[in-house]
Amino acid sequence: MARYVARRLATLVGIVFVISVGSFYLIHLLPGDPATVILGTGASPAARAALYRQLGLNRPLVTQYLVWIGHVLHGNLGVSFISETPVLATIRTALPIDLELILISQVLAFAGAIPLAMRAARRPNGILDRTLSAGSFTLLSIPPFIIIVLLVLLVSIKWGLANTGPSSYVSLGSDWIVNLESLALPSITLAVGSFVIYFRVLRADLITTLQEEFITMARSKGLRQRRIMWRHAFRPSSVALLGTAGVNIGGLLAGGFVVEYLLSIPGLGYTLIAAISSSDYLLVQGIVLVVSVGVVLINFLFDFLTSIVDPRISRE
Amino acid sequence: MSDPAVDLEVPVDLATERAPLGPLFWICVAWLGLNILGAIFANVLPLINPLAQDYNFINTGPSLHHWLGTDDLGRDILSRIVYGSRVSLLVGSGSMVIGFGVGMPLGMLAAYRRGRFDAVVTAVMYVLLAFPAIIAVIAVLSFWTPRTLLKIIIVIGAASIPLVYRVIRSAALSIATREFVTVAQVQGARDSRIIWRELLPNVAPIAVSFLLIGVATVVTLEGALAFLGLSVNPPTPSWGNMINESRTILSQNPWLAIFPSIALGLFLLSLNYIGDRLRAHFEVAEVKL
Repeated sequence: MARYVARRLATLVGIVFVISVGSFYLIHLLPGDPATVILGTGASPAARAALYRQLGLNRPLVTQYLVWIGHVLHGNLGVSFISETPVLATIRTALPIDLELILISQVLAFAGAIPLAMRAARRPNGILDRTLSAGSFTLLSIPPFIIIVLLVLLVSIKWGLANTGPSSYVSLGSDWIVNLESLALPSITLAVGSFVIYFRVLRADLITTLQEEFITMARSKGLRQRRIMWRHAFRPSSVALLGTAGVNIGGLLAGGFVVEYLLSIPGLGYTLIAAISSSDYLLVQGIVLVVSVGVVLINFLFDFLTSIVDPRISRE
Repeated sequence: MSDPAVDLEVPVDLATERAPLGPLFWICVAWLGLNILGAIFANVLPLINPLAQDYNFINTGPSLHHWLGTDDLGRDILSRIVYGSRVSLLVGSGSMVIGFGVGMPLGMLAAYRRGRFDAVVTAVMYVLLAFPAIIAVIAVLSFWTPRTLLKIIIVIGAASIPLVYRVIRSAALSIATREFVTVAQVQGARDSRIIWRELLPNVAPIAVSFLLIGVATVVTLEGALAFLGLSVNPPTPSWGNMINESRTILSQNPWLAIFPSIALGLFLLSLNYIGDRLRAHFEVAEVKL
């Protein structure tokens, strides 16, 4: 177990290194002088000279990277020349909104997927199973940006429900009920995508598990169906579910961007797009770095959880 | 087969019968074909110019003049949907040409050669896979200005290479260790011949079904990029930017959002369904992008 974790940690460090190099290099993809990119065109020569000294912009790329990563490791992602606030501070206010959104959507997705997959797997190819499978397959083909537009059309325009439309976001601190209302549609949208994936994975895995001999054994002992499903079938099948959830949640952090942007919810996605359109490249770089590292950390965490549920994985 | 000497009962698990494709499969193929033809021949078809503004019909629902209605600038929605499919199809096919063009030969070569080449390429690909592809695509596209369709195709295509590599390598790996490959080697066949004649035909079914699902994923991604203002610039229509533009006047003219959404949804559903049926037909394990 310790060796497994050590090996995974080494890979993690390698990947984070690659991500940092990639994020660093982004600024150099732009045509022109990096100082202009960071400070904007209206910067004074003195400010430019100071930045050149601070970041070592005259020196080779490797030195520049080392200077930059030194700042990053001290929590300094630079100061945006547009909002004149530190990039890290902006990210700190935006990130909790994404986390809340992901948390709600995942609770909804699991609450739907687990019981339904168990019902469906009990009678493969039964009416319920076929209906759910066809339905989930159809939902799989509908991108989140269509779901959110149609939900807005139905819920906030047709039904006229307050606090659900675009720009109705209220922070958790000021009024938690309105906050939940304003996050309802984006949470549902993200939940639908996750639900479909979890349902399909868990159903397929449960059908295989239910054919195992230990299930027949449990049945012949006269155990109740409920106990067999939860204690004997769900635990081995939850390994596949956890693995999928890790990848999916990582994707959600990135995929929630569109949904946030559409409803003007000031999370990282909205902030990122706003930064792109105002050419606030330092902020873009900071968000890319933080989100990429976040996704990798989430994947790592779920791999670790999976190896706890199924210790065989760590002995490979 | 009617020869009584051969007419033995075949055990079920050895039966060569394949899962039937079913009528819905062919409906999806026909729909996909219609979309492709529409995209290719859009300027030959009797369609209204997708950029032309009809001031007598602003923001109207379906009518005889404009079958699917018009947008807030009086442009014909049907025509914009047909022209818009060009962007989706170009991005979908173009980036998959890059992804498969690089990922597939590498995957097959790594699976066949094994050893150091396989170890190095696989290690690099797995590091790249850990990088969240969507973020990488958004990041590169936001810095790499000015944005053109070609750049979008290159960026998405490059991002798909590690995924294609992983699928193709694992598929080829199970075939490269089979007897007929060893037999070919013993017979003295050249490596290139073994890869072309022994590996490729067996990897092809998996590749095709993965390709279709890949195109669906890429088309969805292009739509999301259009929403974020990172795809082709208006007024060029694409399904993504049509749905995006509809947002501001959603309450006045919901058709503007509904028709492109249906077009995109049916297109994706057909691709996914065809890919899924082919996979069941060739009995290959589930792959995902």
